[in-house]
Amino acid sequence: MSVIYVLLAISLVVAIIFFAAFIISVRQGQYDDAYTPSVRMLFEDELVKPVKETGNTVKSEE
Amino acid sequence: MTKADTCFHCGDPCERQLITFDEKSFCCAGCKTVYEIFSTNDLSLYYELQDAAGTTPKEIEGKYDFLDNEEIISKLTEFNDGNIQIINLYIPTIHCSSCIWILENLNKLNKHVTNSQVDFPKKTIRVTYKQDNFSLKNLVLLLTKIGYEPYISLEDFEGKKKVSDRSLIYKLGVAGFAFGNVMFLSFPEYFDLNSNAASGGEYWLNKYQDLFRWMMFFFALPVVFYAGWDYFVSAYKGLRAKLLNIDVPIALGILVLFLRSTFDIAFDLGSGFFDSLTGLVFFLLLGKFFQQRTYSFLSFERDYKSYFPIAITRLTTSGKEETVPVQEIEKGDRILIRNEEMIPVDGTLVYGNAQIDYSFVSGESEPVAKEIGEQVFAGGKQLNGVIEIVALKSVSQSYLTQLWGNAVFKTDKATAFQNLTDSIGKRFTIAVLSIAFISTAFWLFYDPSKAMNVFTAVLIIACPCAIALASPFTLGNMLRIFGKKKFYIKNTQTIEQLAKIDTAIFDKTGTITTTQKSTAHYEGMPLTAEEESILKNTIRASNHPLSRSLYDLLKEQNIITLDEYEEHVGKGLESSKGDINMKIGSANFVGKTMTNNLQDTSMYISSNNAYKGRYIFKNQYRDGLSTVFKNMSDSLHLAILSGDNEGEKSRLEALLPKLTPLYFNQKPEHKLEFIKSLQDQGKKVLMVGDGLNDAGALAQSNVGIAISENINVFSPACDAILDASKFQQLYSYILASKKAMRIIKMSFMLSLLYNCIGLYFAITGQLEPVIAAILMPLSSISIVIFTTIMTNLIGRKLS
Repeated sequence: MSVIYVLLAISLVVAIIFFAAFIISVRQGQYDDAYTPSVRMLFEDELVKPVKETGNTVKSEE
Repeated sequence: MTKADTCFHCGDPCERQLITFDEKSFCCAGCKTVYEIFSTNDLSLYYELQDAAGTTPKEIEGKYDFLDNEEIISKLTEFNDGNIQIINLYIPTIHCSSCIWILENLNKLNKHVTNSQVDFPKKTIRVTYKQDNFSLKNLVLLLTKIGYEPYISLEDFEGKKKVSDRSLIYKLGVAGFAFGNVMFLSFPEYFDLNSNAASGGEYWLNKYQDLFRWMMFFFALPVVFYAGWDYFVSAYKGLRAKLLNIDVPIALGILVLFLRSTFDIAFDLGSGFFDSLTGLVFFLLLGKFFQQRTYSFLSFERDYKSYFPIAITRLTTSGKEETVPVQEIEKGDRILIRNEEMIPVDGTLVYGNAQIDYSFVSGESEPVAKEIGEQVFAGGKQLNGVIEIVALKSVSQSYLTQLWGNAVFKTDKATAFQNLTDSIGKRFTIAVLSIAFISTAFWLFYDPSKAMNVFTAVLIIACPCAIALASPFTLGNMLRIFGKKKFYIKNTQTIEQLAKIDTAIFDKTGTITTTQKSTAHYEGMPLTAEEESILKNTIRASNHPLSRSLYDLLKEQNIITLDEYEEHVGKGLESSKGDINMKIGSANFVGKTMTNNLQDTSMYISSNNAYKGRYIFKNQYRDGLSTVFKNMSDSLHLAILSGDNEGEKSRLEALLPKLTPLYFNQKPEHKLEFIKSLQDQGKKVLMVGDGLNDAGALAQSNVGIAISENINVFSPACDAILDASKFQQLYSYILASKKAMRIIKMSFMLSLLYNCIGLYFAITGQLEPVIAAILMPLSSISIVIFTTIMTNLIGRKLS
């Protein structure tokens, strides 16, 4: 058996895995909104911060 | 203006009212409340993301009571299992990243909300919430309280859930996947051009040649039979309708490429053209994808259903209120209309002070006052407290809804129009087929062994992929550029149509006049300085639209404290300072008998019960109107079609180029007929309008542009929406469309050049796969680059 079959098979499998991931992501609607996720990504840090502070929320009540 | 006198929350100037809280200034109590909500909930990051990101919340008592109705809830929600509900709401005020952040943090404002996700391009939010002690109504009220009032209309209720069409993305994915892999598998062929097993050459490449080639074949299968299938369908449909559209030579090219390549590898004659084939389909689909850009947050197909409320409060004979879906209104029903609610059906006013804003219908912004017993029409919005009307018709028979019965709204403009690509495609197909047959005939006679080769080669190389790409990329890019300049176009065909326009018809009110500003002139006895001061200070506190515009027009006065101030809803204002008592408002209110001149909108003033005079409001024409018309009249026929009376005729004539035809008192049907008669004379008509009364004319015209002060709120069915602030640019947009069409024609020339070079190789029987592999992508890519650069140049020139 030639090594080229193995290599081809591996490259094909990798390609098909990516292709399948693409199909799944389209089906889940990840391509429907191409803008918001790019903004949302920048919020991620701030989203966590207030959660940590919930222990002493009373201070902001003033 | 310094930062101190603009609102910290919404950025509006705090001229009329200044509230200082937390060392920050706010323009109204609403904005201050929202700030309070955000800051006490640890959400003040909202203001750090973007300055003055907020919008002023609106007062809405009782407006959403219909959301208590189970039937309505179940129709609106996406998911509802009695415990958890999911709903998708359209929120027109979403405008920046702060909005996304706050709306996705809704769970901090209310613990019942478990998840919320914003779709910014569509301006929608999808909220999941738990139902115990919480309801859809609570959610809507919560959103409204923080300035994000959702827009729920009859259209949502009818539940035409738009299934987003993702097939093009799949096809693009398939073609791109196959294209990449085929290119990869073609490398051996590219590097080892002239060798084969017989002449020696690279051993490894020759040994696995067949394997590579058959793999390419299998990759090409889904590209031809799935990704490119639309071209076969379109070509077949075209042929059946006896039309030679551009898809005929494309489909022919794809088919011949595939068959010839398969034949080549099956009989070991060569490597085939699978790389060109997959690349071609990929680029074509990319062009389609580029063209398919939509402004999904705008609706170009709106009919009256987008404006009508879902439910209405009906009063039963025993005087009880009940919420019923709007379709169930019958003649004779007594209906309660709350403040800021729309009148769903023509009726007679039986109770309350009606101040009706008909701007949805006519474009006229000044509210109209109605007395008890007078008729009110569907589409008007009540501005002044609660009124009751008795329905004269059912919803479907109203004046407003009847226009939509016209056949114009059912015809699809796109299909009736042959675009440039298709009209060229026709000649192109004939030319290509004749070249193919003639050269084949020649080779049959000269060297029959090559004849078949030449025939397929001509069809392959002449495949008009570059021509097919020029139009979608140019127009798609123009669509994007126009969108950035606040000119939103429904589809790319509209640009082609716009380039052909020779007649432009304008509606008057709301289109060439602005609804934001109006001018007023005073008529009557002069006011004393003291009275003027009281006048300005009195209307400072009023929120009535007329008071607001008059406030801006009056001379600056010092702020004084009034001794007494009272607002009589629907009538006017009363105030006193020292020994002066002033009344400002309707004629009856100030004690003046109505004159017969009802056509203008006025605010009457009396001092110590003596009538002083009135402010008469007039529409203000848009800035630069005469320049726009003057420029346009160089190349276009112009006319004004107005639903109003002739009152403004002389003013308009002074502003517009000489001999511009002006037509007054035009009903919606008249406007439609007028456009139709022009079209019958062979004119290509552009209609520019704004209200629902222009809807018929907009639909009938070749291109209908709706002018809108606020693109999110209202626009009738049209082909394009132009932001009112860009009205002066209208003509330059039309010129830009013409330039875009010129770019397409230039691209056609460029692609023709490639085709001639390719045809030389094909006819002389020398078309090697490598030449096809170089020429085909090169022509495609250079067209894409050329059109992108050229359209961006046009875009840069637009201000």
